[in-house]
Amino acid sequence: MDLCYLTAYELHRLLVKREVSAEEICRAYLARIEAVEDRIKAFVTVTADLALEQARAVDRKIAAGEEVPPLAGIPVAIKDNICTRGVRTTCSSKILHNFVPPYDATAVQKLKAAGTVFLGKTNMDEFAMGSSTENSGFFPTANPWDLERVPGGSSGGSAAAVAAGEAAAALGSDTGGSIRQPAALCGVVGLKPTYGAVSRYGLVAFASSLDQIGPLTRDVRDAALMLNAICGHDPLDSTSVPYNHPDYTSFLVDDVRGLRIGVPREYMGEGIEPPVKEAIARAVELLSSLGAEVEETSLPHTRYALPTYYLIAPAEASSNLARYDGVRYGYRAEDARDVVDMFMKTRSRGFGPEVKRRIMLGTYALSAGYYDAYYLKALKVRTLIKQDFDRAFEKFDVLLAPTSPSPAFKRGEKVDDPLQMYMSDICTLAVNLAGVPGISVPAGFADGLPVGLQLIGRPFGEGMLLRVAYTFEQHTDYHRRRPPL
Amino acid sequence: MISIKEVEHVALLARLELSEEEKEMYARQLGAILEYAQMLNELDTADVPPTAHVLPLQNVWREKDEVGRQLEPEEVLANAPDREGQFFKVPRIV
Amino acid sequence: MHDYEAVIGLEVHVELKTNTKIFCRCPTAFGGDPNAHVCPVCLGLPGVLPVLNKKVLEYAIKAALALNCEIAAYSKFDRKNYYYPDLPKNYQISQYDLPLARNGYLDIEVDGEVKRVGIIRIHMEEDAGKLLHQGTITTTPYSLVDYNRTGVPLIEIVSAPDLRTPEEAKAYLEKLKAIIQYTGVSDCKMEEGSLRCDANVSVRKKGSREFGTKTEIKNLNSFKAVQRALAYEIRRQVAVLEEGGRIVQETRMWDEAEGVTRSMRSKEEAHDYRYFPEPDLVPLVIDRQWVEEIRASLPELPDQRRQRYIKQYGLPPYDAAVLTATKEMADYFEECVALYPNAKAVSNWVMGDLSRLLNAHNLEITRCKIRPQQLVDLLRLMDKGTISGKIAKTVFEEMFATGKDPEEIVREQGLVQITDEGAIAAVVEEVLAANPKVVADYLGGKEKVFAFLVGQVMKATRGKANPELANRLLREKLENLKGR
Repeated sequence: MDLCYLTAYELHRLLVKREVSAEEICRAYLARIEAVEDRIKAFVTVTADLALEQARAVDRKIAAGEEVPPLAGIPVAIKDNICTRGVRTTCSSKILHNFVPPYDATAVQKLKAAGTVFLGKTNMDEFAMGSSTENSGFFPTANPWDLERVPGGSSGGSAAAVAAGEAAAALGSDTGGSIRQPAALCGVVGLKPTYGAVSRYGLVAFASSLDQIGPLTRDVRDAALMLNAICGHDPLDSTSVPYNHPDYTSFLVDDVRGLRIGVPREYMGEGIEPPVKEAIARAVELLSSLGAEVEETSLPHTRYALPTYYLIAPAEASSNLARYDGVRYGYRAEDARDVVDMFMKTRSRGFGPEVKRRIMLGTYALSAGYYDAYYLKALKVRTLIKQDFDRAFEKFDVLLAPTSPSPAFKRGEKVDDPLQMYMSDICTLAVNLAGVPGISVPAGFADGLPVGLQLIGRPFGEGMLLRVAYTFEQHTDYHRRRPPL
Repeated sequence: MISIKEVEHVALLARLELSEEEKEMYARQLGAILEYAQMLNELDTADVPPTAHVLPLQNVWREKDEVGRQLEPEEVLANAPDREGQFFKVPRIV
Repeated sequence: MHDYEAVIGLEVHVELKTNTKIFCRCPTAFGGDPNAHVCPVCLGLPGVLPVLNKKVLEYAIKAALALNCEIAAYSKFDRKNYYYPDLPKNYQISQYDLPLARNGYLDIEVDGEVKRVGIIRIHMEEDAGKLLHQGTITTTPYSLVDYNRTGVPLIEIVSAPDLRTPEEAKAYLEKLKAIIQYTGVSDCKMEEGSLRCDANVSVRKKGSREFGTKTEIKNLNSFKAVQRALAYEIRRQVAVLEEGGRIVQETRMWDEAEGVTRSMRSKEEAHDYRYFPEPDLVPLVIDRQWVEEIRASLPELPDQRRQRYIKQYGLPPYDAAVLTATKEMADYFEECVALYPNAKAVSNWVMGDLSRLLNAHNLEITRCKIRPQQLVDLLRLMDKGTISGKIAKTVFEEMFATGKDPEEIVREQGLVQITDEGAIAAVVEEVLAANPKVVADYLGGKEKVFAFLVGQVMKATRGKANPELANRLLREKLENLKGR
């Protein structure tokens, strides 16, 4: 029995039947990390001692006959932009290389309360800016399916860790596709919840109006379990919605009969590679055969999502990242003449090129004389994009689209052309702009590389997404395949 | 499309020190991205309200004006690159 | 100089007296060990988020209503982006295009005339921390940062450019301070920084309708500094223009020691705050009913109280204005009047001797050792004739210094008035006998010397002789002598 490729749900059953201990599970994962991490490089920090300590605490509870929650003893990895008290949180940036938060993110606190075991902090594109994890300030992460290729990003470390059996589940963050796109490229499930469903408190901000924490898991059931654990209103986050979240596992039924599924034609056009289109077509066929009413539809402003996103997100980022100045925490340039010089040297050396590019872009878009033409214009187009979704959901229960225009690309292939790299997110950006939930599930392979299917739902329609995704999963086996490691 | 001078101005606003090569690179790349963004001008948005928030939320606040937990002094300064006593220390201002 | 007039607008920052900060639950207390009143939120650690303290909104609305503002139906927060080491996030959460309140005013009185000064807007924002330098900011080898003050709630009150003289500016500030103190939302202590003022000033030829180029003056740490700095800056600008020069739009620092304003290093970087809507906070839709509840809860404000003093206590308008200038003084006055019905007598003492001594000792009335009951006791001692008015002033000084009851002082120092006619008559005889030449002058028609003789009687009794008795007995004796 290979513990490292069981789902969280399966691990939990073994635990409560006392067929395996949390410590054994934990040690199996730590051994797996030991075995493959030099090839995958999914982690910035591995917290073996903390993990064992947490695992033993779960074992003591089980031994005492206590009932433990469904994720107790499950080894998870956490993206390194989510604050963990006493554990270094770097955002894969040199500027935060030594930052140890004195507090836990709300999502982390909730996972602790759920009894999960923290294996460590995962690599990412610096400050979540990127689609390949090549923008990490430390090292790139490899795609477990092809070590020459990228795992996607920015939550590439989390996706790769789950795909490589280095974690049973992981937390990521998604600002423009950063959970769904790496999930697609690594062949795992990735869920971006509705904006406001999961507290952002403790998530290091990239673009505050778009950021959302969500799970990366082996299957849809685990995604539901993780969402159950982390969602909910948080008084520490003013943008957290007071919403009575259902038990998301209650939506795990193999039934899509009568559901109306829309396929926006703008997501199936130019720029989507043939094997991806084929996988989507197969999915449409399958869901239709299972009784769903699948129909083509239109989100007419889709092509404007990319420029809209690349004005709004950098603008917010330019302000969010102003605090990294070498005064209170993180890296500081020591050879400065005065404070302004210290700020400039610290930031120039501490940030990587993509982060600087976006800070520059965002600063420009907000600066005097350009605000109306760029930033305000983008906010208005955002309204149109959101209205596209509102209209579509008057008719459809769920929208279906590719997650990524292509399977995993080679490392280095797009690093020199930012615009080309930004195109990796064309299928996911609009979902963040509209604030609606999206999930990526494995939907096939192209030349041995995973292809993802994206389902998009109404605000707080995660249940419906999980239902369709679960049904799809029940009739496919892509999620059970393992990378050749 | 955007000048080196503009790049320098923006870099100062953003407190970034750029090399000559970086200035040229960003002038080129930002130019290309902004040109791409011109696409938005195809849309007439005169009567469209801006969306800064997708949320239907308003009036979110803390009801009680009661003091909560503060950080311990050592927690405050644990990450400080430089300190003097209980103060953060910075180079001269001017 | 006389051909010019100044155009002055003031931006006043007032710290609100809530228990906790505007976006986190740290205390707002002034002072304390450095960096002791901070948490991840006000320290701007990566990942933290602000949550508005409702009390801040309530206090801000209260202040705005007291200043006759319209409260916005819809308001929001924005980020003001600029780098400074006392600003933990390198942006300040403030309000830009949709401030909480607009279109207010307050009335000031200058040279007996009432003038209405407009208030353009009032908005909420967070305060920054404090920098400590060794010596001055320009000479210190490094600086130290204390973030205790970051996140303390502020309101910024922007006046219309309606002020024309430094005196008007001072009157505006005093009135503003009084009104806000009355509402109880702030201490408005300039020395603790809970009230801060920047001034915008330009000059133009009298009769001109256009505005000249303005400068902004910072580092004004007292009302006196505001007045002095404005007077200096107006002179400076007029001189520049008279010499054919041009005023540069810039920020200038007031140098209290030298009594001049100085241009701050003008970095080529123009201010570009890149305001945009704060994505971490949601909009405010302000409930009208709540606003009306707050309006109903407003205490009596200075103007109303002044009118009442005139009507209820029959005080002259001048007295009423002075007594109500600060809430503390007005409260003191009313406590006295509640115990003693002669309001004018109380007013004279509070405005006269009490104010004089407070000023001389640079004390606030709240720190005064004389309790209202004690002042009233003193007035009663005079009424009963136990002491004379002159002695009362001596007793009052002693009360001010020691806080002792007036009876105790009178008893200890033997200051009880002599009202025994026989005793005073004996002293009168002595005085007349000792001053035969003066008496002769009086009898010869020089009646002015009478006052000297009274003074001698008072001197001989160490001021304790009842003045009326002394006068009468002296007059009687002298008239008797005349009759002979």
